[in-house]
Amino acid sequence: MQLDDLQTIAEKHQASRKKFCLRTCMSAGCMSSQADVIKKNLESEVKTQGLEADVEVRRVGCMGFCGQGPLVGVDGHAQDGELFEHVKPEDAPAVVRSLTGGECALERGDPHHPFFAKQLRIVRANGGIIDPERIEDYIAAGGYVALHNALTELTPAQVIEQITRSGLRGRGGAGFPTGLKWSTVAKSPGAKKYIVCNGDEGDPGAFMDRSILESDPHLVLEGMAIAAHAVGADQGFLYVRAEYPLAISRLNLAIKQAKALGLLGGAIFESPFTFNIDIRIGAGAFVCGEETALMASVEGKRGTPRPRPPFPAESGLWGCPTLINNVETFANIAPILNRGADWYASLGTEKSKGTKVFALTGKIQNNGLIEVPMGIPLRQIVEEMGGGAPDGGSIKAVQTGGPSGGCIPAQHLDTPVDYESLVKLGSIMGSGGMVVMDDKTNMVEIAKFYMEFCMDESCGKCIPCRTGTVQMFRLLEKITARQATAADLAKLEELCDMVRATSLCGLGQTAPNPVLSTLRFFRHEYEELLQSDAHAAPPPATPA
Amino acid sequence: MGAKTLIIDGQTVSAENHVTILQAATDNGITIPTLCHLDGVYDVGACRLCLVEVKGSTKLFSACTTRVYEGMEVTTQSERLKKYRRMTIELLFAERNHVCAVCVANGHCELQALATSLGMDHVRYDYCFPKWGMDLTHPFLGMDDNRCILCTRCVRACWHIEGAGTKNVAGRGSKSHIISDLNEPWGDSETCTSCAKCLLSCPTGALFHKGDTVGESERDRSKLGYIVNAREKQQWIV
Ligand SMILES: Cc1cc2nc3c(=O)[nH]c(=O)nc-3n(C[C@H](O)[C@H](O)[C@H](O)COP(=O)(O)O)c2cc1C
Ligand code: SF4
Ligand code: SF4
Ligand code: SF4
Ligand code: FES
Repeated sequence: MQLDDLQTIAEKHQASRKKFCLRTCMSAGCMSSQADVIKKNLESEVKTQGLEADVEVRRVGCMGFCGQGPLVGVDGHAQDGELFEHVKPEDAPAVVRSLTGGECALERGDPHHPFFAKQLRIVRANGGIIDPERIEDYIAAGGYVALHNALTELTPAQVIEQITRSGLRGRGGAGFPTGLKWSTVAKSPGAKKYIVCNGDEGDPGAFMDRSILESDPHLVLEGMAIAAHAVGADQGFLYVRAEYPLAISRLNLAIKQAKALGLLGGAIFESPFTFNIDIRIGAGAFVCGEETALMASVEGKRGTPRPRPPFPAESGLWGCPTLINNVETFANIAPILNRGADWYASLGTEKSKGTKVFALTGKIQNNGLIEVPMGIPLRQIVEEMGGGAPDGGSIKAVQTGGPSGGCIPAQHLDTPVDYESLVKLGSIMGSGGMVVMDDKTNMVEIAKFYMEFCMDESCGKCIPCRTGTVQMFRLLEKITARQATAADLAKLEELCDMVRATSLCGLGQTAPNPVLSTLRFFRHEYEELLQSDAHAAPPPATPA
Repeated sequence: MGAKTLIIDGQTVSAENHVTILQAATDNGITIPTLCHLDGVYDVGACRLCLVEVKGSTKLFSACTTRVYEGMEVTTQSERLKKYRRMTIELLFAERNHVCAVCVANGHCELQALATSLGMDHVRYDYCFPKWGMDLTHPFLGMDDNRCILCTRCVRACWHIEGAGTKNVAGRGSKSHIISDLNEPWGDSETCTSCAKCLLSCPTGALFHKGDTVGESERDRSKLGYIVNAREKQQWIV
């Protein structure tokens, strides 16, 4: 396999394109509403109407407008890019007839709606366009050229320099500079090094990584292979949670296809570079997304975190230097090499570059998956793209960062979405969960919900998190049951401080965040629930 | 390269290269409270009692897992640390059913001793009163989950000193508990050698000799140290 061969595959694939293409979303969301039957019906309908020569029915990944699914997109039509929403299996004849001018009463999405227009699609560029189960589709979209160029034109140090200059930061939550992490692993002594892709995605309501893995698996594999070249690794592990069977089967297929074409395995692009990727399946523990717990799990041990240092970059899998990045982080690599570090660095804000994918949900008109440039004001996301609260309600707060994050109140909606601004408001970027809350939402209940999640997901290894989350949850229950006093609230705040400062891993260290952030902006909602006699007592002292 | 000089609680001390803060402190007569640490088995940094402050960082570090470096400045006894340690012990007492007056380890229990030395005189949190049982299937050893603080000292002793691999942790969060083999009755275990090293390592009354009554469970932990010493340094004690 060489560059010419890639081009031949791409050209052959282009030449086989038909006049029309019906793109049927076959991601987990639409699949749950019979997308597979829809695709089958479309195919047989194309045959019935004698349009086989002109119409391709293509399996594609997520288009993002998941709330309106199942979705079928149309290419090559008078209105190119037309999108049918809420398609049912019995709608197939009407959809196919519409290609030849027939009437079709189905709801149509407006491609110029801000929900689409305000997006900037880099990691999701192929989502909903290419067939994730055909490597030819990915190659025709320019796939594996970045890997080729990295191997033949760039030294490992040059690849790392590009990634560093792009300003890319980890998308797994903490926003650690990716180039710096890569160069640490590259410099760590050791003959054997590993690449790990974190696809555990455990935040409640989050499905950004799932959609990337389901819609464009080769993009992640290519990013991992480039990383392996850069840091000197020859083995990768892709850790995916067991709840994502479709992603797992597409990844297995993608790895097989890439190996068959000499894009993974030995002698990649006929160079000495060898890189293999194995899939490891997580068994449903949120904490296994934490890097040290994840690595213990890959090694076949009980998935519990261990203290850092040593960091994985120094001593990771089986004691070897290990690079661990999130799915979305790896998905950014090939685009950066293809279009240049300067292009990437020109997107976003000073310290947060590129784009971020969010799963927009909650009390909002348009929910789904969006990829937006960093620095976009939160207001544009929720009001313009999301269309605001349904049923004329008003937005009260936006939760970002899941159980490790916080709530940003409506008065701060003009905040730009970047790592530092969100931290300043007591929340975090997190992995991309974004839950909108309307004026009917009780913020103490929200804090309690996340605390219950952390309590249930605590691995139990360290005392502050294992027992502290239980006590904090009990105090929150007491407050919502209107049985708490000001002293209980003070106890809660003291525990928040202690659990945050003393827990072993990020789960415990951030578990108090939803409480702290709602206390910061909605303290009165807590105080209103306190027992009336105690309510008159002076406010509790803030813990040291 | 051999030694490092650092400051612990204002005292300049020297320490061997690569030792942990805990070792350096202990070697110099400075006491840091610990619970999951046990001489002879590897450290896991789980109990968080040994947390110390290190100058230059806002984070706290577990002394049992953090290695010293030249010029390090460590504080082991700030007001904040003392408060956190007291709270940690309080949380443990609230978590399971610790009724010292009727416990085999009364008077010989590390948890109880820490409560005293850290000045934890009452528990402000709701007692959880969980319903844990006992495993009395072993011929002469017993396990009472109600007293277990999940320090995993028994697990590490069983795997790494005895090499039997009988003891394990099952469940997560507050439902974590110590099991034998794949959660079988201890008495049915085919891997357990009945060496009682788990019992020797247990800081509380969770593991005990059947037949011991209140306050009788006194354990000589140095036995474990002898074994490890003999194995690692080839030093035999007569
Ligand atoms: C409790 C916990 C859960 C986590 N879950 C995930 C996850 O599901 N996916 C992920 O990529 N990172 C997760 N992380 C962050 C990882 O530990 C790690 O920082 C990340 O994978 C690094 O990749 P990045 O540098 O590309 O962001 C989690 C961290 C904690 C503390
Ligand atoms: S903070 Fe929680 S999840 Fe992390 S090690 Fe401690 S108990 Fe486990
Ligand atoms: S008696 Fe020995 S072998 Fe049996 S469980 Fe205890 S430590 Fe393990
Ligand atoms: S049984 Fe004893 S040694 Fe084992 S985890 Fe419980 S308290 Fe620790
Ligand atoms: S002794 Fe260090 S964390 Fe337990």
